[in-house]
Amino acid sequence: MLLPRDTEDLVDIVSAAAADGTKLELAGGGTRSGFGAHRDSRIVSLRQIAGVIDYDPAELVLTVRPGTLLADIEALIAAEGQMLAFEPWGDAGATIGGTVASGVAGSRRVTAGSARDHLLGFTGVSGRGQAFVAGAKVVKNVTGYDLPKLMAGSWGRIGAMTEITLKVLPRPRQTVTMVARGLALDAAYAAMARALGSNAEVSAAAALPTGEVLLRVAGFAPSVAARCAALPGLLVGHCRLEPMDDAEAAALWQNAMTGAHVGGSVRWDVHIAPRHASRLIDALTALAIDWSMDWGGGRIWIGTEATCDGVRQAAAQLGGEARLVQAPAEMRARIGAFHPRPPGVSRLEQRVRRAFDPADVFATGRFGEDADADQFFV
Amino acid sequence: MSIAMPKPDASTLAKRNGIVAALRRIVPGEGVIADPDGLRPWESDGLTAYRQTPMVVVLPETVEQVSEILRWCARENVKVVPRGSGTSLSGGALPLEDAVLLGMGKFKRILDIDYEDRVAVVQPGVTNLAITQAVEARGFYYAPDPSSQIACSIGGNVAENSGGVHCLKYGLTTNNVLGVELVLMTGEVVRLGGKHLDPGGLDLLGVIVGSEGLLAVVTEVTVRILPKPETARAVLVGFPDAESAGACVAQVIAEGVIPAGMEMMDRPAIHAAEAFVNVGYPLDVGALLIVEVDGPAAECDHLIDEIARIANANGATTSRVSQSEAERVAFWAGRKAAFPAVGRISPDYYCMDGTIPRRRLPEVLGRMEQLSQKYGLGVANVFHAGDGNLHPLILYDANVPGELDRAEEFGNDILRLCVEVGGVLTGEHGVGIEKRDLMPEMFTEADLMQQQRVKCAFDPGLLLNPGKVFPTLHRCAELGRMHVHHGALPHPDLPRF
Repeated sequence: MLLPRDTEDLVDIVSAAAADGTKLELAGGGTRSGFGAHRDSRIVSLRQIAGVIDYDPAELVLTVRPGTLLADIEALIAAEGQMLAFEPWGDAGATIGGTVASGVAGSRRVTAGSARDHLLGFTGVSGRGQAFVAGAKVVKNVTGYDLPKLMAGSWGRIGAMTEITLKVLPRPRQTVTMVARGLALDAAYAAMARALGSNAEVSAAAALPTGEVLLRVAGFAPSVAARCAALPGLLVGHCRLEPMDDAEAAALWQNAMTGAHVGGSVRWDVHIAPRHASRLIDALTALAIDWSMDWGGGRIWIGTEATCDGVRQAAAQLGGEARLVQAPAEMRARIGAFHPRPPGVSRLEQRVRRAFDPADVFATGRFGEDADADQFFV
Repeated sequence: MSIAMPKPDASTLAKRNGIVAALRRIVPGEGVIADPDGLRPWESDGLTAYRQTPMVVVLPETVEQVSEILRWCARENVKVVPRGSGTSLSGGALPLEDAVLLGMGKFKRILDIDYEDRVAVVQPGVTNLAITQAVEARGFYYAPDPSSQIACSIGGNVAENSGGVHCLKYGLTTNNVLGVELVLMTGEVVRLGGKHLDPGGLDLLGVIVGSEGLLAVVTEVTVRILPKPETARAVLVGFPDAESAGACVAQVIAEGVIPAGMEMMDRPAIHAAEAFVNVGYPLDVGALLIVEVDGPAAECDHLIDEIARIANANGATTSRVSQSEAERVAFWAGRKAAFPAVGRISPDYYCMDGTIPRRRLPEVLGRMEQLSQKYGLGVANVFHAGDGNLHPLILYDANVPGELDRAEEFGNDILRLCVEVGGVLTGEHGVGIEKRDLMPEMFTEADLMQQQRVKCAFDPGLLLNPGKVFPTLHRCAELGRMHVHHGALPHPDLPRF
């Protein structure tokens, strides 16, 4: 494993790799290394390029180095009553660089956006071994192409970040979870859609196979009280709502958000138009799946023992997509982590990737990104 | 008039008749405009100081036509300037003498509204406001609200990543678009994103939004629609100076309040607006804040009290809370009319759009005052105070020889100042031609070349909207070269565009 200490080290490492054909796999804390299949590549860990560079709460802007621990950042900004609004989550050891590069987002994503929506700028080193800057350190900017969007969720495929500027937002003063119980799938979707489409400003909505629908109401205390009082009336005919104990709610949200407790040695992360969520789950009964649902039905964690790509096929048929986030090594070697792109998108993506990495230094094949897409897009 | 456009290509001009005939074959009937009278309305966009009659205008009605036009132009090496409603304030849709102007105004249909999943699928020529109008009966709206929303198109909003007064709380266009269908210069039709969140792979949609018409032509847009807040209230607060108003803004945010809108006006802007619309703005203050909060009534009441407390603690001299919807609208009327109001006190004005870290505001305003004296031109400031986005309006008279040039130089100095204090050249209007030559103030050559390589991945012939955004457009082959320390590149046979 290579452990660069700064931009100069990274430039040297990437330039040398570009020259001699070595493949480089970028890593942060290594907490998501089970995503995809490791190929013949050298791991470059950015965890030594760490530390907070600038944080001004009143400007809503935080600049840090990529190896800084996510937990440390959350503690730092929580002390100022702020948060990363995309609700990133990860195991102990997760870094902010890895979090942004893997496009992590939690339950609040449905209303507050993802890592892509909060990455204002970065400095980095491209696959050409060149340092460059993209975006800026202010919350509103349209100067030049929005390369931070390309970098967020890129899984290290266009370059390494050496400095990351994020938008931060005030942490809600109060959060209450309202719960409905005993709902069938269709009723659960309808309740979430009604709640998210109401002016009660529900910030997150999740559903579990045990029949619970969770609705999160967050903000200033008088507002939370008013919205929690209004919600049952808004959902008359859908379900009965009641406030939920904080500790119980936290455990259920964690399950909905991370899928960590979904059973089965194989886990898929399905992103889909929420209205198709119940059809997807119905279509998969033959695979004996377990599941949990976040983003009002827009994200479904699917757990199974089946090592085929049936979940991906079903998601594709409904216009969605499925990422393989956990599986035995044999399956990961056979089935790509990324959902295949339509051929036109795939070609375009390849050209954009090569705009940063013409020598394919970061194209390790880890994610099955070169898989033949034809079976999904005919 | 200091910004030069690329020299027209003589061979393209020489084959104009053939180009017009080819476009007429693709778009029959009224869809091709080539006569001088017909072309005149198309010679400018919202940056009216710059005018150029286009070679020809084509107004396709179908995706197939857009595709055929682009494919034909690529084959014949003819440049294309895409255009929405032509409201760009940075010259993003300024025609070129040797380019086809591709107007998307006939793509006016709303294709699908899905209230349960809260998305709408629309064609690019639909206006920003028309989306809200289509969904408001069911209690929804489309959040980004640029001041030109009655006229500007969603396709143009995607190209420019448009903002508006509510974007601190609700985001820019990029945060509210889920998918697009687009046509590449080759004629290939590609769909990015859709009705689901966070598709995997590289976020190509993210780089299309805000690409100023240089990467592709968007033919369909999927946007999020939001439930309309239950209520909205505004408070009008006067301060002796911009410094105390700025301190108030910082404290509001530091105390955890993200208002739906937070606007500041300086004394010249207040006076111009009040003279124009008579809404009762206080005239004896140095800076005026309009702070709007939205949400449940209980939240608005709570936040209005908080804001009043913070304003008083920062030396507010006047404060008025809207007591009715009519009064809230009146508070905004002056701000929304600020540009035309300034147009009444000065024959011409030039609107700037830098963003700064808010804490530097007093210093920036002070130095802007010095620049105003240096150039002998007045300036009025309206300011999206919550997110640090400044709109200085430079007052000049285009009929006075040299004043436009002085106004442009003044504007350039303001934008250099924004970058110097840690800000950016443009917060929401785009680079276009206006700030093109200032890009090196903010980016190194290496940074700009990396952006241009993305351009090359989409449009290797550099035929889409040339002369915009980049001060120098390098040939793609030149940008593709790699400097390598030792030995040769691996896989020399790989296409590196």
